[in-house]
Amino acid sequence: MATLLQQLINGLVLGGLIALIALGYTMVYGIIQLINFAHGEVFMVGGFASLATYRYFLPPSWRSDWWLALPLMAIGGAVVAVVLAVVMERFAYRPLRNAPRLAPLITALGVSVILKEVVRLGYPGATAPVPFPRAFVDHQFRFEFFDGTVNIGSTAILMIVVSIVGAIILQTYITRSRMGRAMRATAQDPDTARLMGVNPNRTIVLTFTIGGALAGIAGVLYGIHITNVDTEVGFLYGIFAFTAAVLGGVGSIKGAVIGGFAIGLIKTLSGQYFPGGTQYDLVWIFVLLIVVLVFRPQGLFGEPERVRA
Amino acid sequence: MSAPPVLAANSVSMVFGGLTALSNVSLRLQEGQILGLIGPNGAGKTTFFNCLTGLYSPTTGNVQLRGKVLPTDPAAVTVAGVARTFQNIRLFPSMTSLENVLVGRHARMKQGPLASLFHGPAYQRGERDARDRALELLEFVGLGKAHDELARNLPYGDQRRLEIARALATDPKVLLLDEPTAGMNPQETEATRQLIFAIRETGVAVVVIEHDTKFIFSLCDHVSVLVQGQLLVEGTPEVVRADPRVIEAYLGKPPDEVEAEVRQYAEEVAHGGPEATQVIQPVRDQDGHEGGKR
Repeated sequence: MATLLQQLINGLVLGGLIALIALGYTMVYGIIQLINFAHGEVFMVGGFASLATYRYFLPPSWRSDWWLALPLMAIGGAVVAVVLAVVMERFAYRPLRNAPRLAPLITALGVSVILKEVVRLGYPGATAPVPFPRAFVDHQFRFEFFDGTVNIGSTAILMIVVSIVGAIILQTYITRSRMGRAMRATAQDPDTARLMGVNPNRTIVLTFTIGGALAGIAGVLYGIHITNVDTEVGFLYGIFAFTAAVLGGVGSIKGAVIGGFAIGLIKTLSGQYFPGGTQYDLVWIFVLLIVVLVFRPQGLFGEPERVRA
Repeated sequence: MSAPPVLAANSVSMVFGGLTALSNVSLRLQEGQILGLIGPNGAGKTTFFNCLTGLYSPTTGNVQLRGKVLPTDPAAVTVAGVARTFQNIRLFPSMTSLENVLVGRHARMKQGPLASLFHGPAYQRGERDARDRALELLEFVGLGKAHDELARNLPYGDQRRLEIARALATDPKVLLLDEPTAGMNPQETEATRQLIFAIRETGVAVVVIEHDTKFIFSLCDHVSVLVQGQLLVEGTPEVVRADPRVIEAYLGKPPDEVEAEVRQYAEEVAHGGPEATQVIQPVRDQDGHEGGKR
């Protein structure tokens, strides 16, 4: 029983991380029908940027106070991630707005490779995983549960809380605010939205900004939780997040969050209980994806594709 | 008659490649006027609306709103005060009626991206005012009870009314309606006519594209007839209705002329003219299939 609870907690932590990244995928897809494969790299860059903030910008006396250092790291990571996402939109995707859909997709893959290599070669020591400061905001809560001990770290709690709170704020923003309505209107019919006085470029930049900020924050949380950051994680978690977005229904906020948690839980639970263990956990994730797509091609919360007259 | 027009199209031409969709179309819309734009299919009526709303930038000529040349950016045209509806309804299907109207309110609201995140008092007030105005407009077009309904679930006639409410939410000086009664039954058509009169009462000038000539003649102060991209006739409904060129171009030739043609054709057939055999004989390929299909 303790093992089960432990794996559920681990699954939720992983799921929260995936969900934060998946939100960026799903929002960008919703508004310009682009699978932004470089979004995982934005997350990775966010991790490195927060580490750089800690190492190069924080005065040493501030570093031991987590309540001071952590928000500043989060801001550093998020700001760099936002700038990166917006620059990417402006120079890589906007010129291809009316090109065939394959062109921006290939561009996104190219941007992804460029970002990874730039960080790998440009950040000191990034050819190998770079350690985050250890024991930083790290407090383990242990408690007995039936037959054993369950561990939950403060970073794990933070990850779950931030992802859920972030998703709720985002959902409220999208449904209740002027710019949120403009985003949904642009996603549903960009030409008509323009005729209602909505500026499409501003709306799209806002979407990339929000996606970038969430990915940047995910990067910080990943770093302090795993205690290192590596140029490979962008691709790996990008794939998880993309799968989560598809599973939940691309374009749906709720779908991305539920998809993220579903993948996190399946990965940890199947690694523990299914034959083959952790070597096969990715298999189960994609089995679930295929099964869902067979019965609901639009994903769990997606809207069926409509052909516009 | 010499008062400055609220909307003026000056010699608007629109050429797509080798096709001239509009040539030298001019139009004057006076304050408080309801202007009808009629013409056969493909005459360029919707193209003209697209030029008026900045969706197309005219090849030559320009459009002025109260003496100022309109930009060719749809969002900016909306801000300037021209709103429209569409021939094939283009609501945001997955938003509620109220949300659709609120999107129309977008350009008249001030909240930026951050203000929406931190719900300050100014933000709350702006959002509440917009909501009140939107509900008022829904009431005005007769959809007061349907504000929580998703747009795609509304009956057809209500969707058309919702489009009008959404367009009105942009606080237009000029409202362009592209076939507002298409697919409506007589009761709904009459309700729409009353609605357009009510819109005029609020100080908005209206341009209506319609095929239903009875509707146009009973609604409009002024009618312009567009045929093959050119302005054929304009004037009061009485003048336009009586003009033989309009009757021919838009409604077909007068019955006696058509009758004469039919008689002539029948005679040709009776005498075994070459035209007759050509019409009856279908083209066959070597497999014996009809038509030119491969």
